[in-house]
Order: sequence, then structure tokens, then C-alpha cells
Amino acid sequence: MSKGHTHVITPVSTLFIVFGTLFVLTILTVVTARMDLGAANTPIALGIAVLKASLVIIYFMAVRYNTPLTKVVVVAGFFWLLIMFGLTMGDYLSRSWLGVPGR
Amino acid sequence: MADSHTTGEGVMPGGPMAGHAVPHVHEHHDPNLQHHFYDMDQQLEASTLGMWVFLVTEIMFFGGLFMAYILYRHWYPGDWAAASNHLNVWMGGGNTLVLICSSVTMAWAVRCAQIGSRKGQIVNLIFTILFGATFLVVKYFEYAEKFEHHLVPGPHFDPALPQQQQLFFSLYFIMTGIHAAHMVVGIGIMLIILAMAWRGKFGPKYYGPVEVSGLYWHFVDIVWIFLFPLLYLLGAHLGAGGAAH
Repeated sequence: MSKGHTHVITPVSTLFIVFGTLFVLTILTVVTARMDLGAANTPIALGIAVLKASLVIIYFMAVRYNTPLTKVVVVAGFFWLLIMFGLTMGDYLSRSWLGVPGR
Repeated sequence: MADSHTTGEGVMPGGPMAGHAVPHVHEHHDPNLQHHFYDMDQQLEASTLGMWVFLVTEIMFFGGLFMAYILYRHWYPGDWAAASNHLNVWMGGGNTLVLICSSVTMAWAVRCAQIGSRKGQIVNLIFTILFGATFLVVKYFEYAEKFEHHLVPGPHFDPALPQQQQLFFSLYFIMTGIHAAHMVVGIGIMLIILAMAWRGKFGPKYYGPVEVSGLYWHFVDIVWIFLFPLLYLLGAHLGAGGAAH
């Protein structure tokens, strides 16, 4: 199981590069939200948020140094969230197709 | 399994452990090692995994609220964009930056524990707590402003606004309120970790509690990373955000 072990310690430079990127992305999300991009506004906002969250998870939470088991749990957690969103919206969006009362 | 304990431990006070059924040599163990783990690495792995399993339940907990958000926003896009413009983008955006600062000091505190710097842990943990408190203070002024402008759902909600906007503010207060409650809990945890760090409890061999409570702190930051664009920036493209009253 636990092998010879080099516990990798995140260098300060990495912390600050990630910090700077998160800072810039926060400003970018405000700038793009103020532009009228039509249907593209929401995907851009969500894309930036997912990118920021991924940076926090991979570097600040140091998931990249964790065991494969922990990585699977992390990915599964978000995957299950998407299942909940997908199935729930699949239900609500398709109800009107039947044309019966009770929506 | 226990192979790491069978080598290099010839200095047993009771002579060779001929008759011992249990191969563990207790005086060589770190006092911070719980007896049900083989070694410190396994203990750290188990606590990290355990915290992540808890965070998955947190993802689903907040996920239910995000689900409600998606559905109502899909049903009432116009009213929700208009309601979003009542929020103060500067306060929300500023708080996003404050939380990012708190996350970097948190990650730095973990690093300081790993390299055995007591002073570094203390300084970074204090900054983490201060950034967290700053967030809550800004949140207080934001909430107070909403009360003054009759934007709190209930009998005093501005009757000139459509009901769909009241729905937006219901979710705004529940989501940011629960997030703020997580921040309060996080600050409480950090005060405990700070007290432990003060007593020099952590070092390169034992830093699990700092790392694991850091995971919780970062998770609360991630929730806000999604709340900020979804709540504050929804209608920003319609005009000067935060100015509509």
C-alpha cells in the first residue's frame, strides 16, 4: 500500500502563481459578465468558475499529490452532482412534451 | 503491511520479541499515531480520504440548492436577471478576492506545517482567520443593505417587484446564508488549529489536522466561486450592475 513516500510539499511559487491566476480569472468573470454576449454569457461564467474551482482543488487542496482512491472519490462526487442536475432537468424539461395536465 | 516495522528496530528493551504475538514496537511510534493505523502515512491517507467523503456529502448538500437555482432561473430568466442587478457586484467581487486570499494563506499554512515552521503556521492561520472574518463583515453590510431596500423575502418585500424576484432573493439568502454559516464553522476550526499550532503540535511528521481542515476551508471557497457569478453577475450585461433600485 503505502510505498516509499516522498511527501511532496507545494512550493511557495506554485501557490502564488495559482493565486495570481485566480485573481485574474475573478476580474475576467466580472468583465465578461458586463458584456452582452447573448447566450454565451452563462457558459463563459460557468467555464471560468469551473476553471477556478479546478485550480483550487488540484493545487490548494493538493489533490494531485493524493492517492488514486482519493482522486476517484473527488471526481465521483462531482459526477454524481451532474447526474442529479441531468436527471432532474431531464424530468422538468420533458414534461410539457406529453401535452397532459399535471406539469 | 507491517513490513516497515520489522526492520531496523533491534534495540528492543525486552530482548528479541520471540514470544510476542503483536509485532508493533510502541516506543518507536509517533505519539500522534492512533493505534488503529499501521503508520503515519496510512493515517494521513485515511484522514484525507475521510474528509473528502464528507466533502462529497457537502457537494450534494449545496447541490440541492444549486438544483433549485437552475430550475427557477430556467423558468424566470428575465426576472432573475433583473433581481440579480440589486446585488452589489463590488461587495460580492471583493469578497471573492478576500476568499482567494484566505485560501492561499491556508495552503501556505499547510506548507509551513510540512516544513516544520511554527511561526509560518501561526502567521498564515491568523491571516486566514482575518480574511474569513473580513468576508463575514462585508456580508453583514450586504445583508443590512438588503433589509433597508426591502429585498428580504416575506411580508416586507418590495410590493412593486414581481414575485419571481422574491424567489430569487429567497435562494440568495439561503445559499449565501448557509455558505456564511460554513465560514463561521471554518473560523472556529481554524481557531482550534491555531491553538494546536501555537503549542507546536504540528511538524513534517504530523500535519494531518492542518491539511484536513484546510480541505474544508478550500471547499467553502469553491462554493463561493460558483455563488458569485451565478447570483451577482446574472444581469450585469443589462446595465450598470448593482445600481438598480
